[in-house]
Amino acid sequence: MRPFIHLKTKPVPLKASKLREQLPALLAQTLVVGGILYVALQLFYNTQANLEARNIASGFGFLSVEGGLPINDTLLPYSPADSYGYAFLIGTLNTLFVSALSIVLATILGVLVGVSRVSRNWLVARLGAVYVEVLRNVPLLLTLFFCYSVLLAFLPSPRNSMVPFGDIFINNRGIFMPRPEFLGAMGWVGSALAAAALASFLLMRKSRRMRDVTGRGLPAGWLSLGLLVGLPLAAYYLAGRPMTFDTPELHGFNFTGGMVLRPEFSALLAGLVLYTAAFIGENVRSGIESVDKGQIDAAKALGLKPGLIMRKIILPQTLRVCIPATTNDYTSLVKNSSLAVAIGYPDMVSIGGTIIGQNDQAIEVIGMWMAVYLTINLVLSMGMNWFNAKVQVVER
Amino acid sequence: MSTPIKAFIPDPPSPPPAAAIGVVHWLRENLFSNWFNSLLTIASLLLLAKAVPPLVSWALVNAVLTGGPELCDGTSGACWSFIGAKARVMLIGTYPAELEWRPLAAGVLFAGVVAATVSGRCKKRVLTAAWPLLFVAALWLIGGGAGLEPVDQSMWGGLMLSLGLAAVGILLSVPFGILLALGRQSKMTGISSLCVGFIELIRGVPLITILFMASVMMPLFLPINLQINNLLRVQVGIILFSSAYIAEVVRGGLQAIPRGQIDAAKALGLSSWMVTLFVVLPQALRHVLPSLIGRCIALFKDTSLVIIVGLLDFLGMAKAASQDQVWLGHEVEGYVFCAVVYWVICFGMSRYGRSLEKRGPKHNN
Repeated sequence: MRPFIHLKTKPVPLKASKLREQLPALLAQTLVVGGILYVALQLFYNTQANLEARNIASGFGFLSVEGGLPINDTLLPYSPADSYGYAFLIGTLNTLFVSALSIVLATILGVLVGVSRVSRNWLVARLGAVYVEVLRNVPLLLTLFFCYSVLLAFLPSPRNSMVPFGDIFINNRGIFMPRPEFLGAMGWVGSALAAAALASFLLMRKSRRMRDVTGRGLPAGWLSLGLLVGLPLAAYYLAGRPMTFDTPELHGFNFTGGMVLRPEFSALLAGLVLYTAAFIGENVRSGIESVDKGQIDAAKALGLKPGLIMRKIILPQTLRVCIPATTNDYTSLVKNSSLAVAIGYPDMVSIGGTIIGQNDQAIEVIGMWMAVYLTINLVLSMGMNWFNAKVQVVER
Repeated sequence: MSTPIKAFIPDPPSPPPAAAIGVVHWLRENLFSNWFNSLLTIASLLLLAKAVPPLVSWALVNAVLTGGPELCDGTSGACWSFIGAKARVMLIGTYPAELEWRPLAAGVLFAGVVAATVSGRCKKRVLTAAWPLLFVAALWLIGGGAGLEPVDQSMWGGLMLSLGLAAVGILLSVPFGILLALGRQSKMTGISSLCVGFIELIRGVPLITILFMASVMMPLFLPINLQINNLLRVQVGIILFSSAYIAEVVRGGLQAIPRGQIDAAKALGLSSWMVTLFVVLPQALRHVLPSLIGRCIALFKDTSLVIIVGLLDFLGMAKAASQDQVWLGHEVEGYVFCAVVYWVICFGMSRYGRSLEKRGPKHNN
């Protein structure tokens, strides 16, 4: 009988077949990568020739040249005599500032919108739906233009400023507020605030441990709030109130002194917040709807109050669902803040655009823009991913 | 002897208590179920009472509907005659008046193809041929040449330009996006890292920087004697931008295909190209069709940014029209008109996307 299985067949030479299998892939890759490298090299030569023909300098030397750019809104002291590099930094800070503020406000408004959309109150749910559908289906740039025109058209002139309270003036040149000026002894207040923060952190931890062991914690939230407000306030009065205010005053046609939020900033902030809140609201809604109704019934059956159900049952689970989508919305918001250029708020893109207009060094400036945006978004996503990992259920 | 059987006749059910039906019940259930809800309702009603009457009086009661700019001076209402006077510019830009029928014809063709697509009655093959043909026809009608008087691209503008940029952008960025997504999934390290790099770079930066790149930087990259006009450069920028996002959408669909299908197809003897073309891609694309429509909406909204690199699209024309010396101070009306048009188009698309989702992946041919 012939054996059913030929055990003594020669083993297939593995190396050769593997090579044969991989050869097409290797060839394809080499072709594609080589082709792209070739095109890149051509572009590089073209660029060099173009730059030479148009007499455009290259390199980052321009950053230390005096720019002469007038910038209205600055977070740091700035004068047109400062360099291009410093002007770009001012723009970057403005981008960061408006983005950070918008993220905070859009989150608050977005949560309100999302909660209103699942409200049992018919009218509130409808209003939420109308808000979301209107804002989501209209370009952000249009919302920005709209906010800006409405602000300019309906706010009064400086002479007829609205005065909501104290030394705050609202008019079509901006919102003018007193600027606090700190004296040396303000350091004590700062130290008191830091001490209060540390104390409340320790208090929270202690309370959590006590609850884990005995089932009953301290009212840590209220105690920390008291500490955080009380300690700095006490230090402020003990140090002899080391703060004065620079109040805005009307001179001729405009106010001088104090702090000012210009209409460009307010319009940009309003547009970004209104637009992004619609998207965050949808995330929050889908998050809340993803919580099983049985859980809420169970919580009610256990006798939890509605507020407690919201805080301890619904919101933690909602967070898990809506963080990834909201991370995307945050990064879009940072990128969308570049629309500032369209209404004249001096953000990074707006200032960079002016620099390109003056010295034609587009490649360097666009490279800087991209680097900064990529960095901001990377940091933002990393932070949100860390937060996401923290709120996920730990499974064994 | 037998007693007659008494039939049991039930009484008719008594009506529900008055508080459980009708308007009163609905109001109580939906608006005043507890003190907090009542408070919310009253607050919302107050808000509406404060916001709606001035809005109505501005938009309708005190509005000026027809007539010249002088009629709008001093009214407290909206000046809709401004829209009437500027509608042409907002829709087709500075296109020559005697050739108006050409963009109009292109628009009718466009509407026809869109209607055929949305109705869902046409065969897939017909639609696949109709869309590219539509673009050739529309480009010929609007741009001229081959028998028609050529019209320079600097005269294209308004809503026509917005729709054109968005439609061409989507049509060309879908194949690019599919290629990028396949490249990203590929096992060849060189290709996949190139694709990942491109996708993540584009997705990490704002569209404005890409548009600046297309408008300012691209001329530097090209050979000295090669000139491409701004519109085409911006269109290329939009395609690059959109394809990175579409690649991510398509990747989601590719990942949803179970591994077993690929193995089964290979076991049947299909080559890896055929597996991708005939097994993986059709299913993946069907899966992500609703998200692709979401990208269409986003791209259509994003085309409004071209104003920043000097093209006058729908929004740009509205802004430019409001700076006309004769019609000064009517930006808000222009923006409201823009918002209504954008809203109708985008909301329509999102409704269509949702209906596809409801029909389920099997039936949306």
